[in-house]
Amino acid sequence: MKIIVCAKQVPDTTEIKINPQTGTLIREGVASIMNPDDKGGLELALQLKEQYDAHITIITMGPPQADAILREAFALGVDRAILLTDRKFAGADTLATSNALAGALRNLEYDLIIAGRQAIDGDTAQVGPQIAELLDLPQVTYVEGLKYDGDKALTIRRQTEEGYQLLETEMPCLITVLASGYEARYMPARGIVEAYGREVEIWGFDNIAVDESRLGLKGSPTRVHKAFSKGVKAAGEQFEVEADEAVGIIISRLKQKFLI
Amino acid sequence: MEISAYKDIYVFAEQRGGIIQGIALELLGKARDLAQTTGQQVVAILAGHHISEKARSLIAFGADKVIVVDDPALNEYLTEPYTQAITHVIQQYKPAVLLIGATTIGRDLGPRISARIGTGLTADCTRLEIGEEGELLMTRPAFGGNLMATIVSKQHRPQMSTVRPGVMQKIDRDDSRKGEIEKLDVEFDKSKFKVRLIENVKAKQSLKDIAEAKILVSGGRGVNCAENFEKLKELAVMLGAEVSASRAMVDAGVVPQNRQVGQTGKTVRPDLYFACGISGAIQHLAGMEESGYIVAINKDKYAPIFQVADLGIVGDGNTIIPMLTERLRKEMNR
Repeated sequence: MKIIVCAKQVPDTTEIKINPQTGTLIREGVASIMNPDDKGGLELALQLKEQYDAHITIITMGPPQADAILREAFALGVDRAILLTDRKFAGADTLATSNALAGALRNLEYDLIIAGRQAIDGDTAQVGPQIAELLDLPQVTYVEGLKYDGDKALTIRRQTEEGYQLLETEMPCLITVLASGYEARYMPARGIVEAYGREVEIWGFDNIAVDESRLGLKGSPTRVHKAFSKGVKAAGEQFEVEADEAVGIIISRLKQKFLI
Repeated sequence: MEISAYKDIYVFAEQRGGIIQGIALELLGKARDLAQTTGQQVVAILAGHHISEKARSLIAFGADKVIVVDDPALNEYLTEPYTQAITHVIQQYKPAVLLIGATTIGRDLGPRISARIGTGLTADCTRLEIGEEGELLMTRPAFGGNLMATIVSKQHRPQMSTVRPGVMQKIDRDDSRKGEIEKLDVEFDKSKFKVRLIENVKAKQSLKDIAEAKILVSGGRGVNCAENFEKLKELAVMLGAEVSASRAMVDAGVVPQNRQVGQTGKTVRPDLYFACGISGAIQHLAGMEESGYIVAINKDKYAPIFQVADLGIVGDGNTIIPMLTERLRKEMNR
């Protein structure tokens, strides 16, 4: 089985803070990490490799420093890593990103493409399904469990608001995975050292057969009109009193507001 | 692309098991609002099987027209048949705007349609307005709720957006509203149906959806353990409320993920929100700051939750909450 994992390097958004004076994001010193859902997807791929001797290729699109997550993937056990990077891809929205990634994927063999459900910097959950469409593959999103029949079919557990669905699909297909379904393993120390000796393939515009008009900012149907930080709501009243008095205050306020 | 050929505001009316979902009504409410500004019509797309009789209620909640695609292939939601149906509607009717709920269905369907049509899609919008040139301004949180971005799609139609449930307001049902119902037959390419539904499993839950609750009692890291969370549940019972949680309690396995409030969980807007032991990470605030009245209890008087709270109590919720429950019990018995 040939598996391709699509991953993204993201800022650790749980560490981003807002400067209360200027209302702007403080990005300095915020670590870059492999997107958590993508890491869950990589874990699933590694489990399939252990069970079925699958071959894993990881691909990421991003600036040259995204190399770091590919090294991490080598340390964990992937067989091949591709960094898709080109100035012509810059400023891409989800569709233009998907056009570039689908272009690269057309050059590769696969039975299963695994992406994370969504990235923590954008939270769009769009690139997986868009790639699936561009490659004319069936898709299953929100995957939290998977069984392979050893041949061509997958039985997939998909999370829903009410519970879950069990779905059956044939390969090749694309799935998007939840981090909560696959807890990522730790990197073995030996793997970390070896990862830096491995070759990351660098692909650019010339490696994919996609028209320039469908890439980067030019190929993006959506544009950012403006970006802003949310104004902070005026704080209400605050009390630092004994528990008993606090209870009295809460009850009196809720009565005033007709909430109880 | 001839932009002027595209008109009207379309809403994907999500249904599950023949039941129209709340998000569909919320989108109709917003669509009415947008249609008023632009002088256009609100059109609902209702796809499913044996669902035609539901079309009337969509009119009562604000649709001027309902396009019904009724076919056995649409009995349960699956990506490909629904993508074919909605794409067919887009190609035939040319909507200016298409709104879809940001549910596990809408977030599966939306990007698939956008790539098939070759148009833009803005995910998880929390605000929609009409701009000066009649374009749709789609505002959404990014960077885990740290930043808001307004997105436009000027050169492509339809302007597609998924919208978070619980954010927009539905209008009051009015059964005297008039509207048109149109049936559309779609010829499906079944050779592309590769995914089969084996089973739809509803997790046992006596509790209702937190997005629908009028009062929420929510716990965070400061609640610390399942035992303390039980105290929140007792308060919730007393108030006729539901319990919810910040990510910390979900990650700790104390609370299931469908009870999580915040950027990666649900957006809630109850009349009353109790935040106990929740510090107020921006991801959490993004999901609850629109609540009517917010009571925060936290030991750390500088916790960011106090910036959005109407009433802030500096103290230990694990002590205060049981006392509050007890006092309320006495008051109600009196």
